[in-house]
Amino acid sequence: MILAVAEALGGGAIRATRALGKMGVFLGVALARAATPPYRAGNVVKQVHFIGVKSVLVIVLTAAFTGMVLALQGYHTLRKFGSEGLLGSVIALSLIRELGPVLSALMVTGRAGSALTAEIGIMRIGEQIDSLETMGIDPVRFLVAPRLLGLILSVPLLTAIFDVVGIFGGYMVGVKLLGVNAGLFFGQMEANVELVDVTNGIWKSLAFALLIGWVCTFKGYFTGRGAEGVSQATTSAVVVSSVLVLICDYFLTSVLL
Amino acid sequence: MGKEMFCEPCALDPFTGAEQDPVLRLVGVEKTLDGRMVLDGISLEIPRGQITAIIGLSGAGKSLILKHMIGLMKPDRGQVLLDGVDINRLSRRELDAVRNRFGMLFQTGALFDSMNVFENVAFPLREKTDLPEAEVREKVRGILRKVGLEAAEEKYPDELSGGMVRRAALARAVVMDPEIILFDEPTTGLDPIIRNSILNLVCRTYHEHHFTMVMISHDLPDIFHWCHHVIVVHNGKVIEVGKAGEIQNSVNPFVRQLVEGDIAGPVQLM
Repeated sequence: MILAVAEALGGGAIRATRALGKMGVFLGVALARAATPPYRAGNVVKQVHFIGVKSVLVIVLTAAFTGMVLALQGYHTLRKFGSEGLLGSVIALSLIRELGPVLSALMVTGRAGSALTAEIGIMRIGEQIDSLETMGIDPVRFLVAPRLLGLILSVPLLTAIFDVVGIFGGYMVGVKLLGVNAGLFFGQMEANVELVDVTNGIWKSLAFALLIGWVCTFKGYFTGRGAEGVSQATTSAVVVSSVLVLICDYFLTSVLL
Repeated sequence: MGKEMFCEPCALDPFTGAEQDPVLRLVGVEKTLDGRMVLDGISLEIPRGQITAIIGLSGAGKSLILKHMIGLMKPDRGQVLLDGVDINRLSRRELDAVRNRFGMLFQTGALFDSMNVFENVAFPLREKTDLPEAEVREKVRGILRKVGLEAAEEKYPDELSGGMVRRAALARAVVMDPEIILFDEPTTGLDPIIRNSILNLVCRTYHEHHFTMVMISHDLPDIFHWCHHVIVVHNGKVIEVGKAGEIQNSVNPFVRQLVEGDIAGPVQLM
Protein backbone atom coordinates (compact mmCIF):
# COMPACT_ATOMS: atom_id res chain seq x y z
CA MET A 1 0.00 0.00 0.00
CA ILE A 2 2.70 2.48 1.09
CA LEU A 3 4.84 1.30 -1.81
CA ALA A 4 1.99 1.91 -4.26
CA VAL A 5 1.44 5.44 -2.95
CA ALA A 6 5.17 6.16 -3.13
CA GLU A 7 5.26 4.74 -6.64
CA ALA A 8 2.31 6.89 -7.75
CA LEU A 9 3.83 10.00 -6.19
CA GLY A 10 7.24 9.26 -7.68
CA GLY A 11 5.73 8.56 -11.11
CA GLY A 12 3.80 11.81 -10.98
CA ALA A 13 6.91 13.74 -9.94
CA ILE A 14 8.94 12.22 -12.78
CA ARG A 15 6.22 13.03 -15.32
CA ALA A 16 5.93 16.60 -14.02
CA THR A 17 9.72 17.05 -14.12
CA ARG A 18 9.85 15.70 -17.68
CA ALA A 19 7.03 18.01 -18.79
CA LEU A 20 8.73 21.02 -17.16
CA GLY A 21 12.03 20.05 -18.74
CA LYS A 22 10.38 19.79 -22.15
CA MET A 23 8.77 23.20 -21.66
CA GLY A 24 12.09 24.66 -20.51
CA VAL A 25 13.93 23.33 -23.55
CA PHE A 26 11.14 24.62 -25.81
CA LEU A 27 11.40 28.12 -24.32
CA GLY A 28 15.20 28.07 -24.57
CA VAL A 29 15.08 27.06 -28.24
CA ALA A 30 12.36 29.61 -29.02
CA LEU A 31 14.30 32.45 -27.36
CA ALA A 32 17.49 31.41 -29.13
CA ARG A 33 15.69 31.41 -32.49
CA ALA A 34 14.10 34.78 -31.72
CA ALA A 35 17.49 36.29 -30.83
CA THR A 36 19.47 34.99 -33.81
CA PRO A 37 19.19 35.83 -37.53
CA PRO A 38 17.48 35.46 -39.91
CA TYR A 39 14.93 37.74 -38.26
CA ARG A 40 11.42 37.59 -39.60
CA ALA A 41 10.45 41.22 -39.15
CA GLY A 42 7.38 40.87 -41.38
CA ASN A 43 6.06 37.98 -39.29
CA VAL A 44 6.71 39.89 -36.06
CA VAL A 45 4.87 42.97 -37.37
CA LYS A 46 1.96 40.71 -38.37
CA GLN A 47 1.86 39.30 -34.84
CA VAL A 48 2.06 42.75 -33.25
CA HIS A 49 -0.94 43.68 -35.37
CA PHE A 50 -2.85 40.56 -34.39
CA ILE A 51 -1.93 40.51 -30.70
CA GLY A 52 -1.57 44.24 -30.11
CA VAL A 53 -3.68 46.31 -32.48
CA LYS A 54 -6.62 43.94 -32.49
CA SER A 55 -6.64 43.79 -28.68
CA VAL A 56 -6.85 47.56 -28.22
CA LEU A 57 -10.65 47.70 -28.11
CA VAL A 58 -11.00 45.02 -25.45
CA ILE A 59 -8.17 46.60 -23.44
CA VAL A 60 -9.76 50.05 -23.65
CA LEU A 61 -13.16 48.76 -22.54
CA THR A 62 -11.73 46.70 -19.68
CA ALA A 63 -9.48 49.55 -18.57
CA ALA A 64 -12.20 52.19 -18.66
CA PHE A 65 -14.61 50.19 -16.54
CA THR A 66 -11.89 49.02 -14.17
CA GLY A 67 -10.88 52.66 -13.57
CA MET A 68 -14.51 53.67 -13.12
CA VAL A 69 -15.17 50.90 -10.57
CA LEU A 70 -11.98 51.77 -8.73
CA ALA A 71 -13.12 55.39 -8.52
CA LEU A 72 -16.54 54.42 -7.15
CA GLN A 73 -15.16 51.99 -4.58
CA GLY A 74 -12.21 54.18 -3.68
CA TYR A 75 -14.28 57.32 -3.29
CA HIS A 76 -16.77 55.75 -0.85
CA THR A 77 -14.00 54.13 1.19
CA LEU A 78 -11.75 57.21 1.29
CA ARG A 79 -14.68 59.49 2.19
CA LYS A 80 -15.05 57.60 5.48
CA PHE A 81 -11.60 58.92 6.39
CA GLY A 82 -12.05 62.31 4.75
CA SER A 83 -9.34 61.48 2.23
CA GLU A 84 -11.18 61.76 -1.09
CA GLY A 85 -8.28 63.84 -2.35
CA LEU A 86 -6.16 60.71 -2.46
CA LEU A 87 -8.50 59.12 -5.00
CA GLY A 88 -6.25 59.96 -7.97
CA SER A 89 -3.19 58.35 -6.44
CA VAL A 90 -5.14 55.28 -5.26
CA ILE A 91 -6.49 54.71 -8.78
CA ALA A 92 -3.16 55.37 -10.50
CA LEU A 93 -1.10 53.20 -8.13
CA SER A 94 -3.60 50.32 -8.27
CA LEU A 95 -3.60 50.41 -12.06
CA ILE A 96 0.09 51.00 -12.70
CA ARG A 97 1.41 48.54 -10.12
CA GLU A 98 -1.12 45.71 -10.32
CA LEU A 99 -4.32 45.92 -12.29
CA GLY A 100 -2.86 47.24 -15.54
CA PRO A 101 -0.25 44.51 -16.05
CA VAL A 102 -2.41 41.68 -14.65
CA LEU A 103 -5.71 42.49 -16.37
CA SER A 104 -3.98 43.30 -19.67
CA ALA A 105 -2.20 39.95 -19.52
CA LEU A 106 -5.45 38.12 -18.75
CA MET A 107 -7.26 39.90 -21.59
CA VAL A 108 -4.45 39.11 -24.04
CA THR A 109 -4.47 35.49 -22.89
CA GLY A 110 -8.19 35.21 -23.56
CA ARG A 111 -8.22 37.05 -26.86
CA ALA A 112 -4.87 36.32 -28.50
CA GLY A 113 -3.22 33.52 -26.47
CA SER A 114 -6.06 31.10 -27.13
CA ALA A 115 -5.98 31.96 -30.84
CA LEU A 116 -2.22 31.35 -30.97
CA THR A 117 -2.64 27.92 -29.42
CA ALA A 118 -5.51 27.00 -31.73
CA GLU A 119 -3.67 28.25 -34.84
CA ILE A 120 -0.45 26.38 -34.10
CA GLY A 121 -2.43 23.32 -32.95
CA ILE A 122 -4.42 23.20 -36.18
CA MET A 123 -1.18 23.53 -38.13
CA ARG A 124 0.19 20.59 -36.15
CA ILE A 125 -2.76 18.26 -36.73
CA GLY A 126 -3.02 19.38 -40.38
CA GLU A 127 0.63 18.32 -40.92
CA GLN A 128 1.53 21.92 -41.81
CA ILE A 129 4.30 21.94 -39.20
CA ASP A 130 5.67 18.67 -40.59
CA SER A 131 5.42 20.25 -44.01
CA LEU A 132 7.59 23.18 -42.88
CA GLU A 133 10.16 20.74 -41.53
CA THR A 134 10.28 18.79 -44.76
CA MET A 135 11.11 22.06 -46.56
CA GLY A 136 14.04 22.55 -44.21
CA ILE A 137 12.31 25.46 -42.45
CA ASP A 138 12.59 25.48 -38.68
CA PRO A 139 8.98 25.68 -37.38
CA VAL A 140 10.09 27.14 -34.05
CA ARG A 141 11.86 29.98 -35.84
CA PHE A 142 9.01 30.43 -38.30
CA LEU A 143 5.98 30.06 -36.02
CA VAL A 144 6.95 30.36 -32.36
CA ALA A 145 9.65 33.06 -32.30
CA PRO A 146 7.59 35.76 -34.09
CA ARG A 147 4.62 35.12 -31.80
CA LEU A 148 6.81 35.32 -28.72
CA LEU A 149 8.34 38.58 -29.94
CA GLY A 150 4.91 39.90 -30.93
CA LEU A 151 3.69 39.34 -27.37
CA ILE A 152 6.81 40.82 -25.79
CA LEU A 153 6.37 43.97 -27.86
CA SER A 154 2.59 44.22 -27.58
CA VAL A 155 1.77 43.43 -23.95
CA PRO A 156 3.76 46.30 -22.34
CA LEU A 157 2.21 48.74 -24.84
CA LEU A 158 -1.27 47.39 -24.15
CA THR A 159 -0.54 47.71 -20.43
CA ALA A 160 0.42 51.36 -20.92
CA ILE A 161 -2.84 51.95 -22.80
CA PHE A 162 -4.70 50.14 -20.02
CA ASP A 163 -3.13 52.38 -17.36
CA VAL A 164 -3.90 55.63 -19.21
CA VAL A 165 -7.48 54.69 -20.11
CA GLY A 166 -8.10 53.33 -16.60
CA ILE A 167 -6.93 56.58 -15.03
CA PHE A 168 -9.15 58.50 -17.45
CA GLY A 169 -12.12 56.29 -16.48
CA GLY A 170 -11.37 56.96 -12.83
CA TYR A 171 -11.12 60.68 -13.54
CA MET A 172 -14.51 60.70 -15.29
CA VAL A 173 -16.25 59.04 -12.35
CA GLY A 174 -14.21 60.58 -9.53
CA VAL A 175 -14.01 64.15 -10.79
CA LYS A 176 -16.90 64.58 -13.21
CA LEU A 177 -19.48 62.37 -11.49
CA LEU A 178 -18.56 62.41 -7.80
CA GLY A 179 -17.11 65.91 -7.66
CA VAL A 180 -13.55 65.31 -6.46
CA ASN A 181 -11.40 68.34 -7.16
CA ALA A 182 -9.51 67.84 -10.42
CA GLY A 183 -6.35 69.58 -9.18
CA LEU A 184 -6.30 67.41 -6.09
CA PHE A 185 -6.96 64.29 -8.16
CA PHE A 186 -3.95 64.85 -10.43
CA GLY A 187 -1.80 66.60 -7.82
CA GLN A 188 -1.92 63.66 -5.43
CA MET A 189 -1.34 61.30 -8.32
CA GLU A 190 1.81 63.19 -9.33
CA ALA A 191 3.01 63.32 -5.74
CA ASN A 192 2.57 59.64 -4.99
CA VAL A 193 3.30 57.82 -8.23
CA GLU A 194 7.03 57.31 -8.74
CA LEU A 195 8.98 56.23 -11.76
CA VAL A 196 9.78 52.91 -10.08
CA ASP A 197 6.04 52.10 -10.00
CA VAL A 198 5.89 52.54 -13.76
CA THR A 199 9.05 50.53 -14.46
CA ASN A 200 7.91 47.74 -12.14
CA GLY A 201 4.64 47.60 -14.07
CA ILE A 202 6.59 47.31 -17.32
CA TRP A 203 8.79 44.51 -15.92
CA LYS A 204 5.68 42.68 -14.87
CA SER A 205 4.02 43.04 -18.24
CA LEU A 206 7.19 41.78 -19.97
CA ALA A 207 7.29 38.74 -17.67
CA PHE A 208 3.60 38.05 -18.32
CA ALA A 209 4.09 38.37 -22.08
CA LEU A 210 6.86 35.79 -21.98
CA LEU A 211 4.74 33.50 -19.82
CA ILE A 212 1.70 33.73 -22.10
CA GLY A 213 3.81 33.21 -25.22
CA TRP A 214 5.63 30.28 -23.68
CA VAL A 215 2.54 28.43 -22.47
CA CYS A 216 0.27 29.16 -25.45
CA THR A 217 2.79 28.30 -28.17
CA PHE A 218 3.96 25.20 -26.28
CA LYS A 219 0.41 23.91 -25.86
CA GLY A 220 -0.31 24.45 -29.55
CA TYR A 221 2.98 23.00 -30.74
CA PHE A 222 2.50 19.80 -28.74
CA THR A 223 -1.26 19.55 -29.10
CA GLY A 224 -3.11 16.24 -28.83
CA ARG A 225 -4.73 14.40 -31.71
CA GLY A 226 -7.63 15.80 -33.72
CA ALA A 227 -10.07 18.60 -33.04
CA GLU A 228 -10.51 17.43 -29.45
CA GLY A 229 -6.77 17.68 -28.87
CA VAL A 230 -6.70 21.27 -30.14
CA SER A 231 -9.74 22.17 -28.07
CA GLN A 232 -8.14 20.74 -24.91
CA ALA A 233 -4.83 22.43 -25.69
CA THR A 234 -6.57 25.79 -26.11
CA THR A 235 -8.51 25.49 -22.86
CA SER A 236 -5.44 24.32 -21.01
CA ALA A 237 -3.33 27.15 -22.46
CA VAL A 238 -5.78 29.80 -21.24
CA VAL A 239 -6.22 28.26 -17.78
CA VAL A 240 -2.51 27.59 -17.20
CA SER A 241 -1.44 31.00 -18.54
CA SER A 242 -4.00 32.85 -16.42
CA VAL A 243 -3.11 31.00 -13.23
CA LEU A 244 0.61 31.39 -13.88
CA VAL A 245 0.17 35.14 -14.48
CA LEU A 246 -1.46 35.50 -11.05
CA ILE A 247 1.15 33.33 -9.30
CA CYS A 248 3.97 35.13 -11.08
CA ASP A 249 2.41 38.47 -10.11
CA TYR A 250 2.61 37.59 -6.42
CA PHE A 251 6.27 36.61 -6.60
CA LEU A 252 7.23 39.57 -8.77
CA THR A 253 5.43 41.95 -6.41
CA SER A 254 7.23 40.48 -3.41
CA VAL A 255 10.57 40.91 -5.18
CA LEU A 256 9.95 44.33 -6.71
CA LEU A 257 8.30 46.03 -3.72
CA MET B 1 -10.76 -0.62 -69.80
CA GLY B 2 -8.63 0.36 -66.82
CA LYS B 3 -5.52 0.57 -68.98
CA GLU B 4 -7.10 3.26 -71.16
CA MET B 5 -7.01 5.60 -68.20
CA PHE B 6 -3.23 5.58 -68.23
CA CYS B 7 -2.05 7.88 -70.95
CA GLU B 8 0.63 6.61 -73.29
CA PRO B 9 3.36 9.09 -72.31
CA CYS B 10 3.22 7.66 -68.81
CA ALA B 11 4.49 4.23 -69.81
CA LEU B 12 7.35 3.72 -67.38
CA ASP B 13 10.91 2.96 -68.32
CA PRO B 14 12.06 -0.60 -67.63
CA PHE B 15 13.03 -1.38 -64.07
CA THR B 16 16.79 -1.20 -63.70
CA GLY B 17 17.17 -2.75 -60.28
CA ALA B 18 17.49 -1.30 -56.80
CA GLU B 19 20.64 -3.13 -55.92
CA GLN B 20 22.88 -1.06 -58.18
CA ASP B 21 22.26 2.45 -56.91
CA PRO B 22 20.03 2.95 -53.92
CA VAL B 23 19.68 6.61 -53.01
CA LEU B 24 17.99 5.87 -49.69
CA ARG B 25 18.48 2.90 -47.39
CA LEU B 26 16.79 2.01 -44.15
CA VAL B 27 18.82 -0.48 -42.13
CA GLY B 28 17.21 -2.30 -39.21
CA VAL B 29 14.93 0.60 -38.31
CA GLU B 30 12.93 0.04 -35.14
CA LYS B 31 10.39 2.40 -33.63
CA THR B 32 8.10 2.00 -30.64
CA LEU B 33 5.14 4.33 -30.10
CA ASP B 34 2.88 4.18 -27.02
CA GLY B 35 4.48 0.89 -26.03
CA ARG B 36 3.80 -0.76 -29.43
CA MET B 37 6.59 -1.62 -31.85
CA VAL B 38 5.38 0.03 -35.05
CA LEU B 39 8.53 -0.52 -37.09
CA ASP B 40 10.21 -3.82 -36.39
CA GLY B 41 13.64 -3.92 -37.99
CA ILE B 42 12.73 -2.36 -41.33
CA SER B 43 15.45 -2.70 -43.95
CA LEU B 44 14.81 -1.48 -47.48
CA GLU B 45 16.41 0.32 -50.40
CA ILE B 46 14.98 3.02 -52.64
CA PRO B 47 16.47 2.92 -56.14
CA ARG B 48 17.63 6.22 -57.60
CA GLY B 49 15.52 7.71 -60.38
CA GLN B 50 12.71 5.18 -60.06
CA ILE B 51 9.18 5.15 -58.69
CA THR B 52 8.85 2.91 -55.64
CA ALA B 53 5.48 2.09 -54.12
CA ILE B 54 5.10 1.05 -50.51
CA ILE B 55 1.94 -0.96 -49.97
CA GLY B 56 0.34 -2.64 -46.99
CA LEU B 57 -2.68 -2.56 -44.72
CA SER B 58 -3.66 0.62 -42.91
CA GLY B 59 -1.60 0.89 -39.74
CA ALA B 60 1.19 -1.27 -41.13
CA GLY B 61 3.73 1.52 -40.61
CA LYS B 62 4.00 2.88 -44.16
CA SER B 63 3.63 6.58 -43.26
CA LEU B 64 6.12 6.14 -40.42
CA ILE B 65 8.66 4.77 -42.91
CA LEU B 66 8.20 7.90 -45.01
CA LYS B 67 8.60 10.13 -41.94
CA HIS B 68 11.83 8.31 -41.05
CA MET B 69 13.14 8.79 -44.59
CA ILE B 70 12.94 12.57 -44.32
CA GLY B 71 13.96 12.79 -40.67
CA LEU B 72 10.58 13.81 -39.27
CA MET B 73 10.94 10.88 -36.88
CA LYS B 74 14.06 9.35 -35.42
CA PRO B 75 14.34 5.58 -35.11
CA ASP B 76 14.90 3.97 -31.72
CA ARG B 77 17.40 1.70 -33.46
CA GLY B 78 18.78 1.42 -36.96
CA GLN B 79 19.92 3.85 -39.62
CA VAL B 80 18.42 5.95 -42.38
CA LEU B 81 21.13 6.39 -45.00
CA LEU B 82 20.88 9.00 -47.73
CA ASP B 83 23.71 8.36 -50.18
CA GLY B 84 25.43 6.47 -47.39
CA VAL B 85 25.09 9.25 -44.76
CA ASP B 86 23.00 8.57 -41.66
CA ILE B 87 20.61 11.54 -41.56
CA ASN B 88 19.97 11.03 -37.85
CA ARG B 89 23.57 11.88 -37.05
CA LEU B 90 23.34 15.25 -38.79
CA SER B 91 23.05 18.59 -37.01
CA ARG B 92 19.82 20.55 -37.37
CA ARG B 93 21.41 22.77 -40.03
CA GLU B 94 22.81 19.82 -41.97
CA LEU B 95 19.46 18.06 -41.83
CA ASP B 96 17.73 21.17 -43.17
CA ALA B 97 20.21 21.19 -46.05
CA VAL B 98 19.53 17.50 -46.71
CA ARG B 99 15.81 18.20 -46.75
CA ASN B 100 16.34 20.58 -49.64
CA ARG B 101 16.87 17.44 -51.70
CA PHE B 102 13.36 16.25 -50.82
CA GLY B 103 9.83 17.21 -51.71
CA MET B 104 6.92 15.72 -49.84
CA LEU B 105 3.25 15.46 -50.61
CA PHE B 106 1.20 14.74 -47.51
CA GLN B 107 -2.01 12.74 -47.43
CA THR B 108 -3.99 15.85 -46.50
CA GLY B 109 -2.00 18.11 -48.81
CA ALA B 110 -0.80 20.07 -45.75
CA LEU B 111 -1.21 23.36 -47.61
CA PHE B 112 -0.86 26.42 -45.37
CA ASP B 113 -4.44 27.47 -44.85
CA SER B 114 -3.53 31.13 -44.30
CA MET B 115 -2.05 31.32 -47.81
CA ASN B 116 -3.66 31.03 -51.23
CA VAL B 117 -2.54 28.48 -53.82
CA PHE B 118 0.00 30.82 -55.40
CA GLU B 119 1.53 31.75 -52.05
CA ASN B 120 1.66 28.10 -50.99
CA VAL B 121 3.58 27.09 -54.10
CA ALA B 122 5.81 30.18 -53.96
CA PHE B 123 6.53 29.67 -50.26
CA PRO B 124 9.59 27.37 -50.56
CA LEU B 125 11.08 29.58 -53.28
CA ARG B 126 10.61 32.73 -51.22
CA GLU B 127 11.93 31.11 -48.05
CA LYS B 128 14.79 29.05 -49.40
CA THR B 129 16.09 30.94 -52.43
CA ASP B 130 17.11 34.47 -53.37
CA LEU B 131 15.18 34.40 -56.64
CA PRO B 132 13.78 37.80 -57.65
CA GLU B 133 10.01 38.03 -57.21
CA ALA B 134 9.47 38.19 -60.99
CA GLU B 135 11.22 34.82 -61.41
CA VAL B 136 9.29 33.34 -58.50
CA ARG B 137 6.04 34.39 -60.17
CA GLU B 138 7.09 33.01 -63.51
CA LYS B 139 8.16 29.69 -62.05
CA VAL B 140 5.08 29.28 -59.86
CA ARG B 141 2.71 30.18 -62.71
CA GLY B 142 4.50 27.68 -64.96
CA ILE B 143 4.05 24.88 -62.44
CA LEU B 144 0.45 25.82 -61.71
CA ARG B 145 -0.21 25.67 -65.46
CA LYS B 146 1.24 22.17 -65.59
CA VAL B 147 -0.99 20.94 -62.78
CA GLY B 148 -4.02 22.74 -64.22
CA LEU B 149 -4.45 25.23 -61.39
CA GLU B 150 -3.59 28.49 -63.13
CA ALA B 151 -7.18 29.68 -62.69
CA ALA B 152 -7.18 28.81 -58.99
CA GLU B 153 -4.04 30.61 -57.86
CA GLU B 154 -5.99 33.11 -55.77
CA LYS B 155 -8.06 30.46 -54.02
CA TYR B 156 -7.45 29.38 -50.45
CA PRO B 157 -7.14 25.70 -49.48
CA ASP B 158 -10.65 25.58 -47.98
CA GLU B 159 -12.06 26.66 -51.36
CA LEU B 160 -10.43 23.77 -53.23
CA SER B 161 -11.70 20.26 -53.98
CA GLY B 162 -9.70 17.23 -52.76
CA GLY B 163 -8.11 16.76 -56.18
CA MET B 164 -7.14 20.44 -56.44
CA VAL B 165 -5.54 20.32 -52.99
CA ARG B 166 -3.39 17.33 -54.03
CA ARG B 167 -2.42 19.05 -57.30
CA ALA B 168 -1.46 22.22 -55.45
CA ALA B 169 0.52 20.14 -52.96
CA LEU B 170 2.25 18.35 -55.84
CA ALA B 171 3.12 21.72 -57.36
CA ARG B 172 4.62 22.84 -54.04
CA ALA B 173 6.51 19.56 -53.66
CA VAL B 174 8.23 19.89 -57.05
CA VAL B 175 8.75 23.66 -57.18
CA MET B 176 12.26 23.42 -55.72
CA ASP B 177 13.26 20.70 -58.22
CA PRO B 178 13.98 18.11 -55.53
CA GLU B 179 15.85 14.87 -56.22
CA ILE B 180 13.48 12.75 -54.19
CA ILE B 181 9.72 13.13 -53.77
CA LEU B 182 7.79 11.30 -51.09
CA PHE B 183 4.05 10.82 -51.57
CA ASP B 184 1.92 9.84 -48.59
CA GLU B 185 -1.23 8.35 -50.13
CA PRO B 186 -1.59 11.03 -52.81
CA THR B 187 -4.90 9.66 -54.09
CA THR B 188 -6.70 8.45 -50.98
CA GLY B 189 -10.31 9.61 -50.82
CA LEU B 190 -10.47 10.77 -54.44
CA ASP B 191 -12.87 9.52 -57.10
CA PRO B 192 -11.37 7.24 -59.79
CA ILE B 193 -11.10 9.92 -62.47
CA ILE B 194 -9.40 12.46 -60.21
CA ARG B 195 -7.24 9.66 -58.78
CA ASN B 196 -6.01 8.70 -62.25
CA SER B 197 -5.44 12.32 -63.18
CA ILE B 198 -3.25 12.75 -60.10
CA LEU B 199 -1.32 9.55 -60.85
CA ASN B 200 -1.01 10.69 -64.46
CA LEU B 201 0.37 14.00 -63.25
CA VAL B 202 2.85 12.21 -60.99
CA CYS B 203 3.90 10.06 -63.91
CA ARG B 204 4.31 13.04 -66.26
CA THR B 205 6.36 14.82 -63.59
CA TYR B 206 8.52 11.71 -63.35
CA HIS B 207 9.09 11.65 -67.09
CA GLU B 208 10.04 15.31 -67.18
CA HIS B 209 12.50 15.24 -64.28
CA HIS B 210 13.26 11.60 -63.43
CA PHE B 211 12.98 12.32 -59.74
CA THR B 212 13.30 9.44 -57.33
CA MET B 213 9.76 8.90 -56.10
CA VAL B 214 8.44 6.95 -53.13
CA MET B 215 4.70 6.55 -53.00
CA ILE B 216 2.50 5.04 -50.34
CA SER B 217 -0.63 3.77 -51.94
CA HIS B 218 -3.76 1.74 -51.39
CA ASP B 219 -4.67 1.83 -55.08
CA LEU B 220 -4.34 -1.88 -55.68
CA PRO B 221 -3.89 -3.36 -58.20
CA ASP B 222 -3.73 -0.11 -60.26
CA ILE B 223 -0.56 1.08 -58.54
CA PHE B 224 1.42 -1.68 -60.26
CA HIS B 225 1.03 0.25 -63.53
CA TRP B 226 2.43 3.41 -61.98
CA CYS B 227 5.61 2.22 -60.32
CA HIS B 228 8.77 0.26 -61.04
CA HIS B 229 9.39 -1.22 -57.68
CA VAL B 230 7.14 -2.32 -54.81
CA ILE B 231 7.81 -2.84 -51.11
CA VAL B 232 5.16 -4.70 -49.12
CA VAL B 233 4.94 -3.86 -45.41
CA HIS B 234 2.97 -5.73 -42.78
CA ASN B 235 2.97 -5.26 -39.00
CA GLY B 236 6.02 -3.00 -39.14
CA LYS B 237 8.08 -5.43 -41.23
CA VAL B 238 9.03 -5.62 -44.88
CA ILE B 239 7.60 -8.90 -46.09
CA GLU B 240 8.31 -8.70 -49.81
CA VAL B 241 10.26 -6.52 -52.23
CA GLY B 242 10.39 -6.68 -56.00
CA LYS B 243 9.49 -5.31 -59.38
CA ALA B 244 5.87 -4.28 -59.80
CA GLY B 245 5.09 -7.32 -61.97
CA GLU B 246 6.74 -9.71 -59.52
CA ILE B 247 4.74 -8.42 -56.58
CA GLN B 248 1.53 -8.45 -58.57
CA ASN B 249 2.06 -12.15 -59.25
CA SER B 250 3.51 -12.97 -55.84
CA VAL B 251 2.56 -16.32 -54.30
CA ASN B 252 2.91 -14.99 -50.75
CA PRO B 253 -0.58 -15.52 -49.27
CA PHE B 254 -0.62 -12.15 -47.53
CA VAL B 255 0.46 -10.29 -50.68
CA ARG B 256 -2.13 -12.20 -52.71
CA GLN B 257 -4.85 -11.25 -50.24
CA LEU B 258 -3.72 -7.61 -50.31
CA VAL B 259 -3.54 -7.46 -54.11
CA GLU B 260 -6.90 -9.14 -54.60
CA GLY B 261 -8.57 -7.48 -51.62
CA ASP B 262 -9.93 -10.81 -50.35
CA ILE B 263 -11.73 -10.95 -47.05
CA ALA B 264 -10.55 -14.53 -46.60
CA GLY B 265 -6.84 -15.06 -46.11
CA PRO B 266 -4.09 -14.81 -43.53
CA VAL B 267 -5.34 -11.39 -42.38
CA GLN B 268 -8.64 -11.72 -40.54
CA LEU B 269 -10.04 -8.30 -39.68
CA MET B 270 -13.38 -9.49 -38.35
